Amino acid sequence: MDSVISLIQAAVVFGTVIMFGCIGEIVSEKAGNLNLGVPGIMYIGAIASLASVFAYESHAAEPNKAVCVIIALAACFGASALAGLIYSFLTITLRANQNVTGLTLTILGSGIANFFGGSLNKMAGGVGQISVAATSSAFRTTIPGLSSLGYFGKIFFSYGFMVYVAIIIAILVNYFLKKTRTGLNLRAVGENPATADAAGVNVTRYKYFATVIGAGISGLGGVYYVMDYIKGTWANDGTIEKLGWLAVALVIFATWKSVNAIWGAYLFGVLYWAYFYIPNLTRASQELFKMIPYVVTIIVLSVVSLRKKKENQAPAHLGLPYFREER
Amino acid sequence: MSKETSVKEPLIRLTKRDGMPVWAKILVYLVSILLALGVSALFIFFVTKLNPVDVYKTMWQGAFGGISDTVRKLHISVTVRDICTLLLLGVALAPAFKMRFWNCGAEGQMLMGGVATAFIMIKLGNSGLPNWLLLIIMCAGAILFGAVWGLIPAVFKAVWNTNETLFTLMMNYVAIQITSYCVALWENPFGSNTVGIINQSSRAGWFPELFGQRYGLNIIIAVIATVAMFIYLKKTKQGYEIAVVGESKNTAKYAGISVKKVIIRTMLISGAVCGVAGFVGVAGVDHTISTSTAGGRGFTAIIVAWLAKFNTFFMVAITLLIIFLNRGASEIASKFALNEYAANIITGIILFFILGSEFFITYKMHFRRKVKEA
Repeated sequence: MDSVISLIQAAVVFGTVIMFGCIGEIVSEKAGNLNLGVPGIMYIGAIASLASVFAYESHAAEPNKAVCVIIALAACFGASALAGLIYSFLTITLRANQNVTGLTLTILGSGIANFFGGSLNKMAGGVGQISVAATSSAFRTTIPGLSSLGYFGKIFFSYGFMVYVAIIIAILVNYFLKKTRTGLNLRAVGENPATADAAGVNVTRYKYFATVIGAGISGLGGVYYVMDYIKGTWANDGTIEKLGWLAVALVIFATWKSVNAIWGAYLFGVLYWAYFYIPNLTRASQELFKMIPYVVTIIVLSVVSLRKKKENQAPAHLGLPYFREER
Repeated sequence: MSKETSVKEPLIRLTKRDGMPVWAKILVYLVSILLALGVSALFIFFVTKLNPVDVYKTMWQGAFGGISDTVRKLHISVTVRDICTLLLLGVALAPAFKMRFWNCGAEGQMLMGGVATAFIMIKLGNSGLPNWLLLIIMCAGAILFGAVWGLIPAVFKAVWNTNETLFTLMMNYVAIQITSYCVALWENPFGSNTVGIINQSSRAGWFPELFGQRYGLNIIIAVIATVAMFIYLKKTKQGYEIAVVGESKNTAKYAGISVKKVIIRTMLISGAVCGVAGFVGVAGVDHTISTSTAGGRGFTAIIVAWLAKFNTFFMVAITLLIIFLNRGASEIASKFALNEYAANIITGIILFFILGSEFFITYKMHFRRKVKEA
């Protein structure tokens, strides 16, 4: 029983990182922008929050936890949105290729994050690793009382607040895309920008806003990763990049619906950590187990294209540029 | 009438250019690279307080120079070696991209080629086969594995129109896990979690030295692939079919081209060449296999192939630029005690500028002129 609970806990924490990345990417893809820069954006969000909180914690005599959290989130959202803005400017205004721009953003993001992360580790000196204890503990504070409710409390209430924020954002985004006029326009831009344009929707503005805000949400995955998942430290080990690509995979798995991303993310978490809890696995077969989330995504992708159900497809204009002059 | 004249003309209006003379294109690229180097210089100065000119000089030293003759030769040979591998991958992607098939799976296809190569190297290393025969078998195995890894998403695309960008992307991670699995399986010595140098004493399955060059065979393979792919795309019927499918699938259908067949055939070729890159990476460079055998080159190759507009000779220039940046950055990393990721930052900035500059090559801007009221 204990191992099942610890698997669930690991899966939820893991899933939250990729859920943020995935929801942001859904918003962006719904407007037709296939942003392959998600890993880079998560990197940038992570390092921006870590660096700014590090600066605050090392200057303030007694860091205020609420201020820490606000600084971390604001820095992360701002930096990630800025990365999204670069991507938007290149792909929307300058009409550069989306795949190539996204991949370049990933290269740049991993460069910036690991460069500064490595330097911060050096600056922290001594132990050789940076640590922002106050902020990290603020991110990991659980709801007092509820987390001690036995197994129930452990499964549902033993996490930091970002886990619940992710779920709320997923539901809000779903409501926004499905039930609001703006959301409908946004989906129209992703499905058929020419028609949307003819109907008076400002395609460029929608694409910009969707991609920039989407990038901001994706970046929150980065902040959750550094503050909670690895407890306010930094390591140049490329994990964020791996998780970023899983977030892109999760978008497909969730068939572009953010509520599906909630359970999908936790399922990916269970699949990812399952090898740890299955006894008698050799190290080699553990590696095969880690393949499962990707294989499952491929299967979902194929089945979705096989069944040709309209509501499960990728936005029709995904990855394609829109030039009004070329109609 | 009065209503019509009051329609506001946008500040900037865009039209497509019919084509730009080559010298103008080169000029645009050069300006964008210079601008990018300027921005990177600002970044270097403000973050590290080093003199950017010194930093760029050191980068040049790391890629093509050195304090002594031996060091310089070593630097150049490593630079050339890295160019060969990346170039092969770029060449591999050219036919797929020309067909508008987003093969983002070069990383995985290369790794599968590498896995096959390493497998044959380990199993047949002590069989006493002559080295040339062993190399041919390894190469064949690599081609087979790479081609199969390219074939799977191609079949799904051809038959069910499954999104190939996402499919090939996921195949990379499956390949990475297969590689990790094989590394754990073949690890040597036990517990090291690496395969170690394969056939270190016998050198079976290693590329031989050619003309006194350690990487002679790498160069030959890369040159042959580059020239052959250029001819294939420009001068053959199959190359023409690829271009037609890329421009418009409907046109291809009406012209009697089997789109499915072209997609599958082209991806077999693309995957096979990626497999060859894996063969070169394992037998000609690392003599071992790990997930860093590809090490992100598959993704960089996408950028190379795109920027070169599928022309394999332009790829040489772009590969040169990217490898120069990488090699140079590892030199500054060791000399100025920075970390190597500075390379990624500078590469990213330069690529962004080049991507942005293409706008000025493709489009012409018309600014709103003040119209005199009649």
